[in-house]
Amino acid sequence: MRVKDCNSTMKMNTIGTKKVVFSKAVDNYLIGIDKAYRFTTRFFIEAFKKPFHFREVINQCFEVGLRSLALITVTGFIIGVVFTKQSRPSLEDFGATSWLPSLMGIALVKALGPLVTALICAGKVGSSIGAELGSMKVTEQIDAMEVSAINPYKYLVVTRVMATTITIPLLALYCSFIALYGSYTNVHAEESTGITLFYQSAFKSLSFLDLFTSLTKTIVFGFTIGIIGCYKGFNATQGTRGVGKAANQAVVLAMFLVFLEEIVIVQIANWIRYF
Amino acid sequence: METPKLEHLTNSNESVISITGLFKSFGELHVLKGIDLTVFKGENVAVLGKSGSGKSVLIKIIAGLLKPDQGEVIVLGKHIDKLQGRELDELRLRIGFSFQSSALYDSMSVYQNLAFPLTMNFKHLGSKEIKNAVMEALDAVGLPDKTDQMPSDLSGGQRKRIGVARTLILKPEIMLYDEPTSGLDPVTSSEINELINNVQKRYKTSSVIITHDLTCAKSTGNRTAMLLDGRFLKIGKFEEVFNTQDEQVKRFFSYNFIQ
Repeated sequence: MRVKDCNSTMKMNTIGTKKVVFSKAVDNYLIGIDKAYRFTTRFFIEAFKKPFHFREVINQCFEVGLRSLALITVTGFIIGVVFTKQSRPSLEDFGATSWLPSLMGIALVKALGPLVTALICAGKVGSSIGAELGSMKVTEQIDAMEVSAINPYKYLVVTRVMATTITIPLLALYCSFIALYGSYTNVHAEESTGITLFYQSAFKSLSFLDLFTSLTKTIVFGFTIGIIGCYKGFNATQGTRGVGKAANQAVVLAMFLVFLEEIVIVQIANWIRYF
Repeated sequence: METPKLEHLTNSNESVISITGLFKSFGELHVLKGIDLTVFKGENVAVLGKSGSGKSVLIKIIAGLLKPDQGEVIVLGKHIDKLQGRELDELRLRIGFSFQSSALYDSMSVYQNLAFPLTMNFKHLGSKEIKNAVMEALDAVGLPDKTDQMPSDLSGGQRKRIGVARTLILKPEIMLYDEPTSGLDPVTSSEINELINNVQKRYKTSSVIITHDLTCAKSTGNRTAMLLDGRFLKIGKFEEVFNTQDEQVKRFFSYNFIQ
């Protein structure tokens, strides 16, 4: 009897401990969401308050743009070539190769250009922001700004988020053009189509709503990448290990949210199209 | 705890920092358990204590980087824990904080590190005025020739000095030093101690020096406070604290001397 009682008490204790651990994890999760929400909404308050650090925003725009330009050029061009090469056989079966520019226009400008740019920037820019701010946090540089009466959120976060929100749409536009150029080189090699005719055909298939959706998407992606990188960096702990963790989490979370936003925005655009 | 009169040290009984009944916890961890401290104008107070005893938390609360759970923290006549926005910034411009890790902005040169607080807070200053202020601060810490170097090119002692120069550029009334000599060799440590005393004389600052280095506490502090288990066990002249009969204090001092 005593052994049974002892066992049941131990079981109850284990269940009790698990409950406490679970409830702590839920608490931490909810606190984390609240913290992220406050961090994000603070951006909209601070962004419109003086002083404005325009020069730093421009510096960061250059940083974001230059950091990703080469990779986006190469990736964009390759995507254009490969996607055209892979689509050609299917269209040839239907004798519809003349539709290649239109198909590429839709695929590259509406979907692939913005998405590929966002993923590259999430990897390159998001991780870099996360690591930079994380390192500033663990080496007390952010505290040093605060005690010098400089608002670190305004100087570090607002400027970086503004830069990604401005630069990533421009990079996505550039990526779409380069991808279309890649596609053009393949089409030109096979069918001797002129560049003007190719771009005209590609853009003819796109409506204003398509272009507007693409632009909106890239603005949202840019904001997401910037704010996630800054949030993870700003909340880095545990020394150098925390810096690596912040950079890694910034990339993973930004990529996940980019995909999620892609689905939501495309769905909203489709609803608008059908109504 | 009774605070001694300090006429012989600072010729002033005007308090610049007044802390009463300060408590601070992080979750289950109770770091500060009822701190009372008064720092008078022109006085250096060295706070001694073991690692993890809450010394750094104390000066972060004084600088307004952390909020106390309970208690009153009055800095230059203002409740720093209750201030926000512009008012807090105005008070912070009167406080200098030298970090344990120096906290120099590693993407900026020494000149830019020093000019940064000025350009951000005093937009009307011209480049010539900023340059003069930077050179004056670098001169005060004895490194006038390091303007173009990056923080990564400096030695530990030089980084500490530049960190102090960056705070001096705003001409603070209070200096807070977090472990100014930690990780430095004895010669560089004594140079830093000398620098702290020179800053006190030249800029007429009042300082709180957080340290576990007895030589630093003895040579820089007009008074020494011994922090153990979240409370001050003794505040007074270094010799008074040194001669305390408390077992924990004795162990702390004997270990330091063995070192």
